Amino acid sequence: MNKRSLVSIDDISREEILDLLKRASYFEAHPNHKLLDGKVVATLFFEPSTRTRLSFETAVNRLGGRVIGFSDASTSSSSKGETLKDTIKMVSNYVDLIIMRHYLEGAARYATEVTDVPIINAGDGANQHPSQTLLDLYAIYKTQGTLSDLNITMVGDLKYGRTVHSLLMAMKYFRPTFHFVACDELRMPKIYKEICDRCGITYYEHKELTPEVINATDILYMTRVQRERFSDILEYEKVKNLYTLRRSMLAGSKPNLRVLHPLPRVNEIAQDVDESSKAYYFEQAKGGLYARQAIICRALGIEVPTFSTPSKS
Amino acid sequence: MTKDYKELAVAALRSGTVIDHIPSQNLFKAVKILGIEGMDRAVTIGNNLESKRYGRKGIIKVADVEFPEQVINRIALIAPHAKINIIRDYEVAEKHPVQLPDTIVGIVKCPNPKCITNNEPMRTRFAVTEHSPEDVNLRCLYCNRTVAGSEAVIE
Repeated sequence: MNKRSLVSIDDISREEILDLLKRASYFEAHPNHKLLDGKVVATLFFEPSTRTRLSFETAVNRLGGRVIGFSDASTSSSSKGETLKDTIKMVSNYVDLIIMRHYLEGAARYATEVTDVPIINAGDGANQHPSQTLLDLYAIYKTQGTLSDLNITMVGDLKYGRTVHSLLMAMKYFRPTFHFVACDELRMPKIYKEICDRCGITYYEHKELTPEVINATDILYMTRVQRERFSDILEYEKVKNLYTLRRSMLAGSKPNLRVLHPLPRVNEIAQDVDESSKAYYFEQAKGGLYARQAIICRALGIEVPTFSTPSKS
Repeated sequence: MTKDYKELAVAALRSGTVIDHIPSQNLFKAVKILGIEGMDRAVTIGNNLESKRYGRKGIIKVADVEFPEQVINRIALIAPHAKINIIRDYEVAEKHPVQLPDTIVGIVKCPNPKCITNNEPMRTRFAVTEHSPEDVNLRCLYCNRTVAGSEAVIE
């Protein structure tokens, strides 16, 4: 097992999070630093995820490393019935780092137990996706200049949304105030509210995205409400448009407010929001490249020059 | 009558281990967890014996075997009030309750069908996240799914 593996955002400390964000800032200014010269990285995507795979592979390429791997389990030996353990052990013979995505939950944790090559989890079912969390944190850090003492409003599917749970777990170190906006079916699970209680974090629950909530917010984190989450389709029809953000709703918001979304969006952010200077979801996704460059260098134990403060935008 | 039987049975053991106060409904789960089926030593199993505290209980006696503590503690999940008696030379040399370990390896099946442990030839691992005298809470160290100890399926 390699200690520099990244399986869950819970595996890294507050200091390591801040260090990774400083490294990401460095890569935003110097995206083509050839720190991975001579290194070979495997991207093993047992489940297709084009967006995440391209982001990771671009990160490796911009760092000067080489990539091998597959983008779909049907083209790998797992389709012949090979165990995950055997695939990981075989690939470990060839590469310096494994970046993997798997449809089974806990797959990346298990992979760390069968190899000494560092593993980066690029998503394991509905469980963890730490590079997504780090890019969310990078967007917050970059737009607010800090992670500390912010009002963070999470909207939409707070029950099943992997991204909101991981973001909450990472932000717990930074004294946030949370506003959870969701319908009864998709409320933030009790376990996460108990974590807030234990960490002394103030949170409020709302059923509606009101001007009062928006106007107190620094980071408005929107998520997609998925039809398949509802047992009663009428209930879905009733709530699906309740949590749609329109540009007019941002009229009284704070100047530093930014709208984030893990993407893909459907109708929870109206197209007219895209024109607002407060829309940040596309830049957020772009920052994922720099966050992943930082994660890759950490996994390989490569030192990266860092800036002491982020550039504010 | 039951009491007499028990006393006779315990006294008959020269050396070995007596596990007492196992809930009757979980006796055979305890037998399975401890791997007693495969042992070649003298084994006595009693069930539905009278218990002042629990109504009915089970008891297991294995001659000439002293289980390592981490092995015996594996039954804490299904028999949290079990008592372990180590017998040497017909005397009770040691007597202590079972203790639930921080991590339970390879006994409980994860309830999540999409968990890696249900799809690979591997052992499960659960963290004991909280427990009261009544029940325990287990969290899968792979997929993070939690399950109450009383509802856990033994593999």
